[in-house]
Amino acid sequence: MVDESTRKSLSNIPLLQTRAGPREKDIWVQRLKEEYQALIKYVQNNKDTDQDWFRLESNKEGTKWFGKCWYMHNLLKYEFDVEFDIPVTYPATAPEIAIPELDGKTAKMYRGGKICLTDHFKPLWARNVPKFGIAHAMALGLAPWLAVEVPDLIEKGIIAYKDKNSE
Amino acid sequence: MSAIEQLRDKLVELQSELEKHKDENKIQREKIEKMSAEVVDSNPYSRLMALQRMGIVKDYERIREKSVAVVGVGGVGSVTADMLTRCGVGKLILFDYDKVELANMNRLFFTPDQAGLSKVEAAASTLNFINPDVTIETHNYNITTVESFDKFLDTIKNGGIASNSSVDLVLSCVDNFEARMAINAACNELGLNWFESGVSENAVSGHIQFIRPGDTACFACAPPLVVAENIDEKTLKREGVCAASLPTTMGITAGMLVQNTLKYLLNFGEVSDYLGYNAMIDFFPKMSLKPNPSCDDRHCLLRQKEFAAKPKVEKVETVEEIQAPVHEENNWGIELVDSSAPVTTEAKPKEVSTGLKLAYDAPDKTEAVVEGAVGNTADISLDDLMAQMKSI
Repeated sequence: MVDESTRKSLSNIPLLQTRAGPREKDIWVQRLKEEYQALIKYVQNNKDTDQDWFRLESNKEGTKWFGKCWYMHNLLKYEFDVEFDIPVTYPATAPEIAIPELDGKTAKMYRGGKICLTDHFKPLWARNVPKFGIAHAMALGLAPWLAVEVPDLIEKGIIAYKDKNSE
Repeated sequence: MSAIEQLRDKLVELQSELEKHKDENKIQREKIEKMSAEVVDSNPYSRLMALQRMGIVKDYERIREKSVAVVGVGGVGSVTADMLTRCGVGKLILFDYDKVELANMNRLFFTPDQAGLSKVEAAASTLNFINPDVTIETHNYNITTVESFDKFLDTIKNGGIASNSSVDLVLSCVDNFEARMAINAACNELGLNWFESGVSENAVSGHIQFIRPGDTACFACAPPLVVAENIDEKTLKREGVCAASLPTTMGITAGMLVQNTLKYLLNFGEVSDYLGYNAMIDFFPKMSLKPNPSCDDRHCLLRQKEFAAKPKVEKVETVEEIQAPVHEENNWGIELVDSSAPVTTEAKPKEVSTGLKLAYDAPDKTEAVVEGAVGNTADISLDDLMAQMKSI
């Protein structure tokens, strides 16, 4: 279920208009521009409210995305590499966000480190095609997943804090 | 005994063991040119050819001219491929990008020694051994990615027994919505008939759905149709697990899938458009679905137009539309759950047929203007946006 703070950050992410997937070469560029605009706005909002939590970039076709996401727990920052492909059926189906380095460390993951989204996410996405984009998938999919999984993984001792300065 | 002698003995021992295993492989039977109906213990097709004598199937051997693509070689797909191989289908094309894991051993077909192998490779070697008459082709990639989808499209388009012909049927045995939508897109584009199959995450229901582009509802026409399990959502525990599975439910679903595949390929009996299975009460709901005239898949709309233009074969049909009125009674305890959707909240519960429901409510398509949308993108270049995103 969507909580108040998610709902609030969600309402500040611009909605998308173009229904186009990566196979529709001519209008995909249009969609991609909208994706970037929404993402830039979302990241900017996060920074403004001191809730910055991810960076993403894509290949030039906009079909492969990669970046970093992080989660604060007890004043320590836990950072993970994040990646996903845009499926051929996008935006009818949401991107399957993956954190490969956590593959096999939690039950709430599918092969390759794809995060297991709640039963709630996919119907919500389907009802909002084509208005939802990557920024919405991050806010509604990855953010709540990190909030539940990361503290649990830390508590179980499965992941440990890595001090960037000591590397 | 010196170390050398010990090693020599060990070598002899290992050599004889190797020979033994070589012999095991030699047991594999020779290929059979023509299916025989002769009733002898050594004929692998006698019981299948008996279907002709019993008057069930007209010309069973036609199965050798059929090519079937199986997408997803997991709990349902591997058993499906196994059954079709034993039935002597002409050609099987297998797609999967996963590896066999010990966690799969609660299902049928794969054996623990195959752990670590790619599913398609492991399946192909077992299937070849069971029936060398079947041509097995394997593809190890994820069909939903942009690079692989075109390969998938091309393979099913040219995967028939005769050159430049398509496969006769595509069977979806995948475990996720994305792959189903990819198969749907490909089959709508090529006008290929396919079966969707699935087992619920809690392992107590399954279904198969026959999709003939333009004639029956495609997978994008309506939200997925699922078997109502009459289990209170609130009591369903999801903590810490993604999916449960049972070899029974998967075996039954594979059985329903291959039974209907055989009926379709060999023209006997009646092929079900949708057949569900509720394991909790052993109930098998059945129905038909018409395509949605405002489907989002443009190829579905094209196929619908083509189908409408074709002369119809006279046939008594019991077709229920997707937008059937809500039933008076509610035997299945289906209720509208508050989904707190932030943007589109308009949703009405729809019971499609007794014991069946849509996985979720279809989006409302009436709204044309999107409020709070991104600004005009015409005068901004993509490169600038990419650079801007990078520099935040």
